[in-house]
Amino acid sequence: MTITIKKDKRVKGLLRRIADMTGADLGVCYQCKRCTSGCPVSKLAASGPAEMMRRLHLNAGDELLDSDIIWTCVSCETCSARCPMGIDVAAVMDAMRTLAREKRAARQKGNVPLFNLAFLQSVRLFGRSYDIAMITAYKLGTLKLMNDTDKFPAMLRKRKIALLPPLGADRKTTRRIFKKARQRKEAGL
Amino acid sequence: MKYAYFPGCSAESTARDMHASTTAVARSLGIELVEPKGWTCCGATAGHQTDRFLAAALPAASLAKVKDTGLDMVVSCAACYNRMKIANHEISASPDLRKGVGEALGRDYDGSVKVRHFLEVLLNDVGTETLQGSVKRSLNGLAVACYYGCLLVRPHDVTCFDDPENPTSMDRLVTALGGRALEWPHKVECCGGGLSLSRTDVVVRLTESILGMAQAAGAGCIVVACPMCQINLDMRQLDIEKQMGKSYRMPVLYITQLIGLCLGLSPDELGLDKLMISATDVIQAVGVA
Repeated sequence: MTITIKKDKRVKGLLRRIADMTGADLGVCYQCKRCTSGCPVSKLAASGPAEMMRRLHLNAGDELLDSDIIWTCVSCETCSARCPMGIDVAAVMDAMRTLAREKRAARQKGNVPLFNLAFLQSVRLFGRSYDIAMITAYKLGTLKLMNDTDKFPAMLRKRKIALLPPLGADRKTTRRIFKKARQRKEAGL
Repeated sequence: MKYAYFPGCSAESTARDMHASTTAVARSLGIELVEPKGWTCCGATAGHQTDRFLAAALPAASLAKVKDTGLDMVVSCAACYNRMKIANHEISASPDLRKGVGEALGRDYDGSVKVRHFLEVLLNDVGTETLQGSVKRSLNGLAVACYYGCLLVRPHDVTCFDDPENPTSMDRLVTALGGRALEWPHKVECCGGGLSLSRTDVVVRLTESILGMAQAAGAGCIVVACPMCQINLDMRQLDIEKQMGKSYRMPVLYITQLIGLCLGLSPDELGLDKLMISATDVIQAVGVA
C-alpha cells in the first residue's frame, strides 16, 4: 500500500478523537495485518482495516472518513477477534462511521447511513423495528424502488414479513432513550 | 426450567419461524419462557453503527424489565444476544454510561441480567442426553453444515460462547439427533448480516462463498441460529441464481426447526413453510410423511 498524508499543521488528525471514542490503545498496532487478512470485505474496498490503522497513526484527518471500507464493513468483528494486541478494530470502524456522519463525509456505493436512519426511525416510533415502513423509507431515499421486489410476492404469500406495525412495545422508554442520546450528543458526551 | 425470553423484532416479521420453532421446542422439552411485557428493539447493527449510547441503552431497556424477576434472559436471535451482552459489558464497565442509561430508563440498571442464547439452554440446562431421550425421529445420518456466523462468537471475551474459531454447540445437538455434523471451514465466516438491503452486492458475494463451501462439504442442509444468517443464506440464493447462474437449492433451517422435527413436531408448527428454499428433502429424511 502507498499512503500519502497531507503535511499541514492546521489539519487535526483523527487519532486522538477515535482513541477517546473507543477507549482503544491504537498505538500498539504493529501492522501484522491479521485484521485485513481475515476481513471478508477488504478485497471489495480500496483499503482494509490495517491500512486504516496505519493512516490513523500517521495522523490522517477528515479525508480518512471518505474511505469506502467504512461503509463496506459488515461489522462481523473478525478483525477485533484476531488482533494479537487486543485492539477493538470493529469499534474503531464504528467510531469512524459516527464521525463520517457528523462531518458529512462522502457516502459510497449503497447507502448504509440511510438504512441505519430508516431502521432507527422505525424503532423510535414503534419501539420495535417495523420492516415494511423501514424498507419503504430506505427505498424512497435510495430511489432504487425495484430492488428485491421480485421476492415480495413470495414473502407475502408465506407471511414472511409483517404488514401491521408492531404493537406492545414500551414506546415511551424508547423515545426517552433517543431523546437522551440526542442530548448527550449535543453536550459533546 | 423458567426463563425470561426475548423474541426480538424479527420474531414478529421475517423470522416468525425462528420464534415459532423456539417456543415449540421449549414447550416440548418443558422449558418455560416468559416474555417481558413491553420489550423493545435492541438497536441491532444500525444502533451500534450510529451511536454508542443508543447501542447500550436500547438493549438495557428490555434487560431492566427482567432485572427484578431474577430470571436469566434467553434470546433466540444471535444479533439481539450479541447486542445485549455488549450492552451489559459496557454498562458494567462505565459508571458514566450506566448513569446516562439509568436516566433514560427512569431506573438504574447495572448490566447484571444474565443473557443466554437458547442454544446454551439446550446444551447446558437440558443436555444432549435428555434431548436424546425425547427424540421421536432420528436425522438418519443427514449431513448438516452448522453455520454460526459472527454474532454468537464475536467478540469472544464478551459473548464467551463456545470456541470462537471452531464452535461445536450446534454440531453436538445435530449429532445427538442422529445427524452427521460436517467439518467445514466456513462456520464463523460472515454472511453480510444487516447489510442485506444497503449493500446487497456484498451480501450476495459472501453468502455465495458460504453456500459453495457447504455444498462442497456435502451438506444436505445448513442450520443457523440467527435470523439474519437465515434470511441472507436462504433468500439470497435467488439473487445468486440470477446474477451468477449458480443454483444451490440448499435448505437453510433454524437449528430449532431441525430439533423440532426430531421431537415429533409438525413442519407447519415449526414454520418450515416460510423458507424460500424448500426443506422437503430434509423433512423426508427425518421420515415425516
